[in-house]
Amino acid sequence: MTDAPRRILVCIKRVVDYNVRVRVDNERTGVVTDGVKMSVNPFDEIALEEALRIRERGDADEVVVCAVGSSDWQQQLRTGLAMGADRAVLVETGTSLEPLAVAQTLHAVVQREAPMLVLLGKQAIDGDNNQTGQMLAALWGRPQATFASSIVLSGESARVEREVDAGLEVLDVDLPAVVTTDLRLNEPRYVKLPEILKAKRKPLDVVPLGELGVDAGRRFRVVRVEEPPRRGRGIQVDTAEQLVAALDEKGVL
Amino acid sequence: MARVLIVAEHDGSSVLQSTAKCVACAAQMEPEAVDVVVFAGDPDSAARLGGQAAGIEGVTRVLAIADPANAHAVAAVLAPQIVDTAREYSHVLGPSTTFGKDLMPRVAALLGVGQISDIMAVEAPYRFRRPAYAGNVIETVECEPDGMLVGTVRAASYRPSPAASSPAPIEQRETSADLPRHTLFVELKAQQADRPDLQTASRVVAGGRAFGSAENFALVEQLAEKLGAAVGASRAAVDAGYASNDLQVGQTGKVIAPDLYVALGISGAIQHLTGIKDARTIVAVNRDPEAPIFEIADIGLVADVFEAVPALIAALEQRRR
Repeated sequence: MTDAPRRILVCIKRVVDYNVRVRVDNERTGVVTDGVKMSVNPFDEIALEEALRIRERGDADEVVVCAVGSSDWQQQLRTGLAMGADRAVLVETGTSLEPLAVAQTLHAVVQREAPMLVLLGKQAIDGDNNQTGQMLAALWGRPQATFASSIVLSGESARVEREVDAGLEVLDVDLPAVVTTDLRLNEPRYVKLPEILKAKRKPLDVVPLGELGVDAGRRFRVVRVEEPPRRGRGIQVDTAEQLVAALDEKGVL
Repeated sequence: MARVLIVAEHDGSSVLQSTAKCVACAAQMEPEAVDVVVFAGDPDSAARLGGQAAGIEGVTRVLAIADPANAHAVAAVLAPQIVDTAREYSHVLGPSTTFGKDLMPRVAALLGVGQISDIMAVEAPYRFRRPAYAGNVIETVECEPDGMLVGTVRAASYRPSPAASSPAPIEQRETSADLPRHTLFVELKAQQADRPDLQTASRVVAGGRAFGSAENFALVEQLAEKLGAAVGASRAAVDAGYASNDLQVGQTGKVIAPDLYVALGISGAIQHLTGIKDARTIVAVNRDPEAPIFEIADIGLVADVFEAVPALIAALEQRRR
């Protein structure tokens, strides 16, 4: 056994808060983010919560929270520190990266930090791509377990239950590994004021993206963003019997 | 001209419809060839599953790869084999199911190329429409027509390609890739057979905070049973402890698109509405006539759930006779 700290790296993304109704911007190439509430991607919050619980059980020594984005993202990293992460790393870039470039960047961070486990949400609720964790695992040449609803570490491996379409799949993965988290894994803790104050004193390193030698070029171009056709208000019925009759009429039953 | 490789999804005995939907998507790419690769644990399964894939209209050729390591679909094991097979193709597609969502990004990263997730429509072989923000916006995304592209196909957007009049040829291939041993499939705990899966069910009945307790939430289950539907819950109901986490419907829960969605005592927070708005028919029952859920409901009933749900169950029983 070595004395190296058993480290968990949690990768988070800053996204439009899940309670905000997104609006297409005037150029129709994105959504309005000016003056809009931004939060930690909810699935990443679950990933961080799980990392903290693993540390609290004594199965890890340190939790590092990491993000790849602009200086504004420090705000979400501070939230992560307030939740209980030990320190934070921001890989700073002014441009928005595609999932492959994010994975390449995180791979560079992984090589610096040598974590035994990388946790991140199964997807971000803005792009909904569901790619970054799997891509990181591929570049790193390590196991992946996506959509985790349970993670149990034992020695050099982890047993992960995955929420798949056919039910629950159980995988054993050697560590280090990448695990992406699904909704039912846990319920993230609420942050209390003293922790927010304490988080201001925790270390937050800023690394310029250029220092990591990642090609941040975009391959895809978003040519248009539009709202889907709206559903109109339908009919109103007065009784349960009428409701069943209306369903019959639509041929739904 | 597009040369498309599709990674077949199967459950060991049958090739799933998601594969035929990928073929339907590939057909929109002006393809020169649409090949399907099937991974199986032994030659017999490979031949049987390969035969099913070969029977899908629009398939040019099936590549069947049998190896004991392929007995269960483990992304880290399948990905290098797909990379080995993919070299002669312009597009590599998989379904946007948990199988394809898990696997395809790993393939893309090994190939060093980007991925388009959840293809809803193909405007040109390198130009696609896809949903973002839980379907609240539709993006049109394009890239230069050079190099390879990996994509996943959104199931709700495609009808499966029909059966072919004559089957495509099947080629048996050996695994040449070096397969990792760091990931071990342990077991699959299947869903309870009597309760449809929330994510793929054609009917879903969901309850909200109005039920007031976990005991009362049983009413939701009773109506679901009557309709042969899966059970769902709003975030409020989950947060209040009336229903378990895995039943949560919405942007932070499950985004679903059933034929029938029945919302009981759910007011309709934005994050909930974005999770259900692709449902074909939405029914809402709520005491509050101003509830936002009514703005998108096809059929609305302003009523207390404790009166309306038993009445609905009775009316459905009446109808059966």
